[in-house]
Amino acid sequence: MNLLLRRLVWMPPLLLVISLLAFCLVRLAPGGPFDRERKPASPEIERALQERYHLDEPWWRQYLRFLGGLARGDLGASLKYRSHTVTDIIRQGLPASLAIGGGAFLLALGLGVPAGFYSAVRRGRWEDFGVSFLILLAVCIPAFVVGPLLAMVFAVRLGWLPVGLWGSPLHAVLPVVSLGLYFAGRIARLTREGMFETAQQDFIRTARAKGLPETAVLVRHALPLALLPVASYSGPMLADLLTGSFVVENLFQIPGIGVFMVNSSLNRDYTMVVGLVLLYAGLLLGLNLLVDLLYGWLDPRTRHG
Amino acid sequence: MKAFGRVQDVLLDAFSFCRRIGGAPAAPGIVLVLLTGCFRTPPPADLRIINGPEPESLDPHQITGQADGRIALALFEGLTRYDPRTGQPVPGLAARWEVSTDGTVYTFHLRPEAAWSDGRPITTADVVWSWQRALAPATANEYAGALFPLRNARAFALGELDDFTRVGVRAVDARELQVELESPTPFFLDLLAYSPCTVVPRHVIEPIGDRWLHARPFAASGPYTLEFWRLNDRVRLRRNAFYWDAANVRCEVVDLLSCVSPNTALNLYESGAVDVVWDKELIPTHLLDELRRRADFHTYNFLGTYFIRCNVTKAPFNDPRVRRALALAVDKERLVRRITRGGERIAACLSPPGIMNGSVPYRPPAGLDHDPEAARRLLAEAGFPGGQGFPVVEYTYNTAPSHRNIALELRDMWQRELGLRLELRQLEWKTWLAAQSALDYDLIRSSWIGDYDDPNTFLDLFLSDNPNNRTGWRNGRYDALLREANAEPDAARRQERLAAAEHLLVAEALPVIPLYFYVGMACFDDARVHGIHLNLRGENPLWAIGKEAAPAPP
Amino acid sequence: MAEPALQPAGRPPRTPAGRAWRRFRRNRPASLGAVALVSLVALVALLPWLPLPEPDAMTELQFAAPRAGHWFGTDLLGRDLLARVLHGTRVSLLVGCVGAAVSLVIGVCWGLIAGYAGGRLDNLMMRVVDVLYALPSIIFVIVLMTALNGLLARWQNAGMDGDLAGTLQLTGMFAGLGAVSWLTMARIVRGQVLSLRRRPFVEASRVLGAGHAHVIFRHILPNVLGVVLVYLALTVPSVVLYESFLSYLGLGIQPPQASLGSLIAEGASQINPIRVYWWLLVFPAGTLVTTLLCLNFVADGLRDALDPKEA
Repeated sequence: MNLLLRRLVWMPPLLLVISLLAFCLVRLAPGGPFDRERKPASPEIERALQERYHLDEPWWRQYLRFLGGLARGDLGASLKYRSHTVTDIIRQGLPASLAIGGGAFLLALGLGVPAGFYSAVRRGRWEDFGVSFLILLAVCIPAFVVGPLLAMVFAVRLGWLPVGLWGSPLHAVLPVVSLGLYFAGRIARLTREGMFETAQQDFIRTARAKGLPETAVLVRHALPLALLPVASYSGPMLADLLTGSFVVENLFQIPGIGVFMVNSSLNRDYTMVVGLVLLYAGLLLGLNLLVDLLYGWLDPRTRHG
Repeated sequence: MKAFGRVQDVLLDAFSFCRRIGGAPAAPGIVLVLLTGCFRTPPPADLRIINGPEPESLDPHQITGQADGRIALALFEGLTRYDPRTGQPVPGLAARWEVSTDGTVYTFHLRPEAAWSDGRPITTADVVWSWQRALAPATANEYAGALFPLRNARAFALGELDDFTRVGVRAVDARELQVELESPTPFFLDLLAYSPCTVVPRHVIEPIGDRWLHARPFAASGPYTLEFWRLNDRVRLRRNAFYWDAANVRCEVVDLLSCVSPNTALNLYESGAVDVVWDKELIPTHLLDELRRRADFHTYNFLGTYFIRCNVTKAPFNDPRVRRALALAVDKERLVRRITRGGERIAACLSPPGIMNGSVPYRPPAGLDHDPEAARRLLAEAGFPGGQGFPVVEYTYNTAPSHRNIALELRDMWQRELGLRLELRQLEWKTWLAAQSALDYDLIRSSWIGDYDDPNTFLDLFLSDNPNNRTGWRNGRYDALLREANAEPDAARRQERLAAAEHLLVAEALPVIPLYFYVGMACFDDARVHGIHLNLRGENPLWAIGKEAAPAPP
Repeated sequence: MAEPALQPAGRPPRTPAGRAWRRFRRNRPASLGAVALVSLVALVALLPWLPLPEPDAMTELQFAAPRAGHWFGTDLLGRDLLARVLHGTRVSLLVGCVGAAVSLVIGVCWGLIAGYAGGRLDNLMMRVVDVLYALPSIIFVIVLMTALNGLLARWQNAGMDGDLAGTLQLTGMFAGLGAVSWLTMARIVRGQVLSLRRRPFVEASRVLGAGHAHVIFRHILPNVLGVVLVYLALTVPSVVLYESFLSYLGLGIQPPQASLGSLIAEGASQINPIRVYWWLLVFPAGTLVTTLLCLNFVADGLRDALDPKEA
């Protein structure tokens, strides 16, 4: 509990540091939110635009203004999608991203852990080779290849699933699979490795020597410890997944926030970048804390003394 | 630890269960069940159009993109609107108008039945207020320039004049509006149909402010009203029952989907999930030869030109002979045949063919043809025979496969014909814009889409003081010719001046090297979707588009 | 599981390195993978001397299917795909190696120190990782590129060679890639070390008076090596794919150069129901998959060979 409390106390200042860094970084990039191929008819209009969004003020005052808004739960108006506030956009896009990211995470764990476990148990036999090969294939073939192939086969040719857009659980299947496979492969690799490590430890030999059934030994005693690297990897992975995927959302025309995560940077949508970074950082810090708690649970020896 | 033991038991069970049913296939099933919670399925629309990128705004005074403008024009109408067949302005909220003989005073008569979609009448006071909002510095309307033909409008927009009553628009009574222009402007009626000049609801905007587009009931002046707007998904429009021409609005519910991936657009279209794709950026280029053979694929000319800007402030590009040599050495036919592949016509001038000078077609001057021999001669004259001594040229473009491919071809051509060495510099969009504005380039890829049907929309770019000039080129004679042309009420004399100015631009001075004219592209089946006429403006008013059989012509 | 090594036939090598080498050679997939990798590296290193068309030489043969002279077919501009794939492999291998190296050096050290020290230092170091991980990497790369470009322009004016400038640009991208590639590695290593340092054999060693260096190098490092190697082999594909994403956004390799990742992205972008130029996807993707498979087999082999518990 001590750990939990300490980390929770640390979180707000960390978030502030992250937001400040993002705030400065995005303003360092060349070009601004209102630069377009077609400039306004006069520089006055440009100036009026800057003034309207307080971009003419010194940066520290802008940041204070942002903090003031934050205290009221207001992240400001998007500078690219000017009829929407950043909170609007997050509220609209988050459900789809959460659904797809959450689905992909479950798929990655659901496929990856058993596959890695199985290939570790069958180490060196042909089953190991077969499964390992599939795992590696999943690791090397990115979503931007899997996605269009799946869409062409299952949506256009066979017509079993929708091609894109958002509206029913069926719409989530292809995005979840194309996003999840890659992570499933990585999880499987880490699980397999974790199993090798733990299987050699003394307490496993002891358990086995006690005559416990092999499956019980492996699942009950080896697997939790074997999942340590998976747990380390899961924190950032889940934060990435839940905040959407640029590639998959574009491929399947999903109204999530993954597209904004990337485009806000390209558009120099200052308020949006900072808002999304805050969201992402909050998730990341929270999930990493969870992972650290999970360490203690999976392996009691890691608890801080 | 007890809880953990139980979890382990569950895991153990799950593991043996998975083993019994053959492993992992259970996972996606569980996922699906968990997902079912988070969906709202809107009922299907009558007409589904893939419109292009996500609209930045639907406020006519904030809009800058073409795709956004198409939706805004379905929601808000000006005194005129575009004819679906020709793209020319026809009566909109104004039923008729009179023009004074010198072409500077317009008297508009509003339709008595004109009303907002919440039932309130639209009056001339709404028009005056909308234009005041469009011009007010506080609105920061980037397209305020569309109203600059009004007397004193520019001064008001720049904040030099505070009193809007001195701007050339006056409500005579609730129906009659008098407009005074600085000078006769042949394309003024065209501008009035353009989104920055449309009429917006004061009675909603004033009390609500920035978030007025989210207010319900929605007050639209155009043929449709906004039902909902889900970012990166769709804008849903519903027929405006109070629209003066509601009887001719052909669909009840229209979805305008945003999409940025050509393959997704094609998949959605091929699988029947959408009826129309009308953004040319969403047509996969490598399939054009195949698509162009199909009956449901359409190409059309519109007002857009692809060109290269030269930085005339930098040696050796400050020498017009060098710029002419570069232009003469480009084999534009090869570019459109091998790379753009949409049937684009090559450009020797900036104004696209078919553009109008008032009521008569404009005849652009002959520009420079492909003539490598002459190019080599010019380059030698400029002091670089065979390209000797010429510095490495940097060609800057923004990230996109077609821009990259054109850059590669250009590199080849200039190397082969002139012996120049070209270095490519690819920049992401905003960095590219910054480089262009700061004149931080040698040659930079550019393009322009016309705002209205008149050569001025292209030619005024290169006036000395136009912020869009971005070449460093200033020419007093060019400025004078264009100013004279725009003050000239006589079409023949105006043609002469415009052509002289353009000749100076594309045959003598060449701060820009035109490459080709854009071709618009759209996918839709004529037999099912009616009312898309693909005019030069690229404006296809939504009210005219329907899916039922077209009414027989009278 | 791993069978205790019986006395193998022949004279057993005496040094640990020798034993590891022997185990590695016996692992058939690993040694095959190693041979394939070495030949690929040799091939791309010898590229300038191979009888291939220039990767950016354009021809009239647009979208030609594989044929004699163009064994992998051609693309939109009529460029030879084989030449482009090989040049792309060179770039991608380089990118992958840099990413992996940064991940190995910074990531492993960072994680090791944090996990071993524990407590306050651990907390501080891991929060630094969190902060860096949360920052938008695209903006970071844009800023970096711009800064480098500014430097470049100044140096070019000072008469620096153009090729060197191009290399610098590449370095900038590598720095951007490297900066993000080590973070997860650090987390993973730290998690393992946290668990290892409480194991009986480590604690026993400490009680017996072993120094920190001894504990780290003798007990901890060998035991995290497996995870490190496996994750390192996973870092390569993620860095290669991340580079292709940057290229797609216009922040990666500068055309006409192409990386394997960007070739695959180009090939994948034309998968559609009407017509697919399959060779544009199959050959680059096949090359990447084969390379990465070899790499992972080698990593597995190394991992087994260096495993302290099997020595």
